[in-house]
Amino acid sequence: MDIAEELLNGSRLALSRAITAVENEHDNAVDIMQKLYAHTGNAHVIGITGPPGAGKSTLTDKLAKEYRKQGKTVGIIAVDPTSPFSGGAILGDRIRMNDLTLDKGVFIRSMGTRGSLGGLSRKTAETVKIMDAAGHDIILVETVGVGQSEVDIIKTADTIIVVLVPGLGDDIQAIKAGILEIGDVFAINKADHEGVDRLHTELEMMLDLNQQKTEWRPPVKRVIANRGEGITELAESIAQQIDQSKQSGQFVTRRKERTRSELLVMLDELLGRHVRNKLSVDGKIDKLVASVESRVRNPYAVVNEIIASVLR
Amino acid sequence: MEKRVRILVAKPGLDGHDRGAKVVARALRDGGFEVVYTGLRQTPEQIAEAALQEDVNVIALSLLSGAHNHLFPRIVELIRANGMNDVLIIGGGVIPDSDIAGLKAAGIAEVFTPGTSTTTIIDFINANV
Repeated sequence: MDIAEELLNGSRLALSRAITAVENEHDNAVDIMQKLYAHTGNAHVIGITGPPGAGKSTLTDKLAKEYRKQGKTVGIIAVDPTSPFSGGAILGDRIRMNDLTLDKGVFIRSMGTRGSLGGLSRKTAETVKIMDAAGHDIILVETVGVGQSEVDIIKTADTIIVVLVPGLGDDIQAIKAGILEIGDVFAINKADHEGVDRLHTELEMMLDLNQQKTEWRPPVKRVIANRGEGITELAESIAQQIDQSKQSGQFVTRRKERTRSELLVMLDELLGRHVRNKLSVDGKIDKLVASVESRVRNPYAVVNEIIASVLR
Repeated sequence: MEKRVRILVAKPGLDGHDRGAKVVARALRDGGFEVVYTGLRQTPEQIAEAALQEDVNVIALSLLSGAHNHLFPRIVELIRANGMNDVLIIGGGVIPDSDIAGLKAAGIAEVFTPGTSTTTIIDFINANV
């Protein structure tokens, strides 16, 4: 039996190995994904994002437990930053999730960003699909601690939870573009800390000013993740959001948009690789670079010529 | 193909000292490895399951409580029972020299005692993965 078949038959080792194959771009990765693709699209994918130290891992742990109480199986992908210097990483999100390790209804995978800057790794979306194919009802994707512009999670999740904590900045922060625009549900964690009322008011004001996209007005929920307070209410908001999204057609639109962008990105990558391989034959690229560098030719004309020769 | 060696750094048993494990984890990160750190007081079952989910190439066990002769072989057994036959399992901590041969016979590839430089550990991993 191959990895894809074993995975579909419920092997946890095969699930784990499939993720590795994709993450490291093993030769069998494309074959695995092709076999799994028909089995994807069933899971509810929930993104959890927010600044470092906001409590994303703890909240992820508590939400997973809430879904387990509802009898749902949960896949968790926890992304942490890769060092730009050594290429190594400390993946430490599991520390907050140790109670889930022995629950067979939960599968947790840690990933390093490996150079990606959008808050996820390049292979996170495919890892979501692998967990989806393995039959998880809910997939929680925890991003790296983000600043303001790491919004790749919108390309992956059906529901995005932005986790904030009191005391990070004044109200100007709240009207900035970026992560505050992508939340479907806002969670104010550490809601027993000073400044929670002010943050809550600022968020509500910001959300009232943003009435463009849909009829869904993102709710702001207070939680104290390490004590498990407010988690059931947060899960209710998530359920309402996904129901509303399905009713309004937003759900389908988002997924279609995602499929379109994945298709185009894959096309760019494979086409780019194909062209590069061709150009590397006989030092062709070096000659072109030399002619551009010496200003004999210009890069625009050279690229047009390459494209014309490939598409011939 | 982007091969990156993944290592689980785990502390089995009941001792509460993870300074050493953290120093090793940090050194491994600087050595270019992806290090999954699971924190203190892990049972052998938790360690084996985390290793399975993370599909690590190496498991580095740190233990200071003296229970290594009991816990290390148990972990090896569980890892192998999961079908992970190619994982390199190493151990470190205050372990008497007289226990090392027995641990190696039980499937621990190498044992690093106090005073070992982190470079020695990194070199051993690079040579054996």
